[in-house]
Amino acid sequence: MHLVADRLEKKFGAITAVADVSFTAVPGQVLGLLGPNGAGKSTTISMLAGLTKPDSGCVTIDGVTLGTGADPTKRHLGLVTQEIALLEELPARMNLEFFGGLYGLRGRPLASRIASVLELTSLADRAGDPPSQFSGGMRRRLNIACALLHEPQILLLDEPTVGVDPQSRNAIFDTIEVLAGEGRALVYTTHYMEEVERLCDRIVIIDHGKVLADDSLAGLLASTAVSNKLTLKYDLPPDGVALTEIAQLAGVTQIDLAGTELSVSAADLGTAAPRVLERLAARGFSCQELTSRRANLEDVFLSLTGRTLRDT
Amino acid sequence: MSHTVAAFRALVRKDIAIFLRDRRALIVSVLTPIVVAAFFGFLFGGTGSGGNAISRLPVGITDLDNSALSKAVVDSLKHDASLETQLVSEERAQQLVRAGKLRAAIVFPGGFEAQATGALLDAGSQHPEVKLLYDPSQSMVQPVVAGLLTQHVMQRISRPNFTGNARAAPFTLDRIAVATGPRYNGYAHSFAGMSIQFVLFMGIDAGVALLLMRQEGMWRRLRAAPLSRAVLLGSRVVSTTIIAMFILTVVYLAACLIFGVRISGSVPGFIMVACSFALLAATTGLMIASVGRTVAATRGVAIFAVLLLVMLGGAWVPAFLFPEWLQHVTEFVPTRWAVDGLDAMTWRGLPLQAALAPTAVLLGFSALFALIAIWRFNWEDG
Repeated sequence: MHLVADRLEKKFGAITAVADVSFTAVPGQVLGLLGPNGAGKSTTISMLAGLTKPDSGCVTIDGVTLGTGADPTKRHLGLVTQEIALLEELPARMNLEFFGGLYGLRGRPLASRIASVLELTSLADRAGDPPSQFSGGMRRRLNIACALLHEPQILLLDEPTVGVDPQSRNAIFDTIEVLAGEGRALVYTTHYMEEVERLCDRIVIIDHGKVLADDSLAGLLASTAVSNKLTLKYDLPPDGVALTEIAQLAGVTQIDLAGTELSVSAADLGTAAPRVLERLAARGFSCQELTSRRANLEDVFLSLTGRTLRDT
Repeated sequence: MSHTVAAFRALVRKDIAIFLRDRRALIVSVLTPIVVAAFFGFLFGGTGSGGNAISRLPVGITDLDNSALSKAVVDSLKHDASLETQLVSEERAQQLVRAGKLRAAIVFPGGFEAQATGALLDAGSQHPEVKLLYDPSQSMVQPVVAGLLTQHVMQRISRPNFTGNARAAPFTLDRIAVATGPRYNGYAHSFAGMSIQFVLFMGIDAGVALLLMRQEGMWRRLRAAPLSRAVLLGSRVVSTTIIAMFILTVVYLAACLIFGVRISGSVPGFIMVACSFALLAATTGLMIASVGRTVAATRGVAIFAVLLLVMLGGAWVPAFLFPEWLQHVTEFVPTRWAVDGLDAMTWRGLPLQAALAPTAVLLGFSALFALIAIWRFNWEDG
């Protein structure tokens, strides 16, 4: 099923939380909604989940406009909330029975679905324990499981890894990849670039309620003025002649010298790095330390907004 | 439709499961009203609490003598600042005392004047038997009325007949408790009052829990499901009502089994009043959730409001001890109707008809609170 956000706009008083936001989530893919806190991600998710009515624009699922309240179209959606919204006093299995019941599931179909989601989230052996006895990662996984009982074809995950350890985070990533592999459309909000880079087939960068970019990671890196970076350390700093030669090499976009550390920006590090090293060696400068870093989403975000995600 | 019913059931079952799951909280929620009610019942039903009635006591008078003396005494009683008298037949007097409309009634027998005058002059002659019908739940009323009666009779009779050697009241007072139940139990009123107080507290907790659900993201998750407002709020009202009924049932079972309280009136009437009050507690909680903002502030204000309601409702101190104006004011307080309704069906032993007005008023308030809740409920936050 396709989820389409079409020119969504939402204001709270004089403040525009979301303005003209459009994108499409397609089956089998994870769409990452990346932006800093207060960018409008949660408001967008609220509209996508049918919790908040847009002031203008609409959300459609396979062409059917999504409403709020008891709209049956909501049955195609599963929402994993940012907060761990569980019944702490009740065992995991009773939590799942409750959330399944909200979608009309009962009896054998419900029992079957509970077994399935417990298996998927690796919680089958803890089904009888209440979430209050779980680790943070297990609670997060149960939080996801509760949204899967009614087999939604579209899953909205609102920062589902906040506060979990790396091992649990990887387990959640595995679950998400399985769900996408089953042909579901996933919308994943986060402000962790690494998660988006690992999981998302398509990335929507949002800031101040507006979509700044909507593309694959490769497309974003290609379309934005960002470069890979090579950093070299020397005992003696390269002289002016050497620097001029390096700057004129094909593919090199920028050089910076700070003390004995030379930074070289290049579109293609694989081609540029050997040439830089060769030219400096020919000039008698022997490299003591070399590091390289590929351009990433942080650079894209910095390029688009003028600030880093961590600044926000 | 079946999905909606299943969802409604899931929501109700969830609330009840959470209530039953916490054994300690469950025990406290039923044990507290029992313990407090037992204490109050001991105080009010046991050795006299003394004190004077604050308002004018409504007292009925039946004059079967119709003599100059009896008329003079009746007139004197009418002008007493402590009493609010009305002339009624003896049968009517019994009915009104039984219904709690009169605190007591005085019946002057035929031949009162002749016998009383004779007794004043000759202590050995026959004394007239004046009946004092009183409400056994309000034991302090009886000596007050008896004292006032003695005072007024003595004042009237001694004017033309004073000889200076009268030694005692020239009549004997036959004190007759008018109760329809098998026997009056001093705990009955306190159990009505305390169960109402603590069930209302439970209603507050249910409302505050709804606010917590908002804070913790649960409300957001519930609204993500294809559920109408009616299902989300209606299920909450139903589950809270069921829990309230559970508490009332356990508390009254303890009252009956341990403290000998009896539903001497109509059992269906008792159930009607209890159910309508349980519904009131549920809608009160919902209203609190709809107007409240933060959990801490809401809890504080709600507890204050409930304490005010139960106090004005006569749950702590019987309402007849209030000043007269306050007694009228409290007729607009739903808890007053709840207390009176439960009293009527337990120790007063009144029939089903006596439960109709309290039930109607409680249902009316429930509807009002539910409307306010729906009107003020913020659907999109959280």
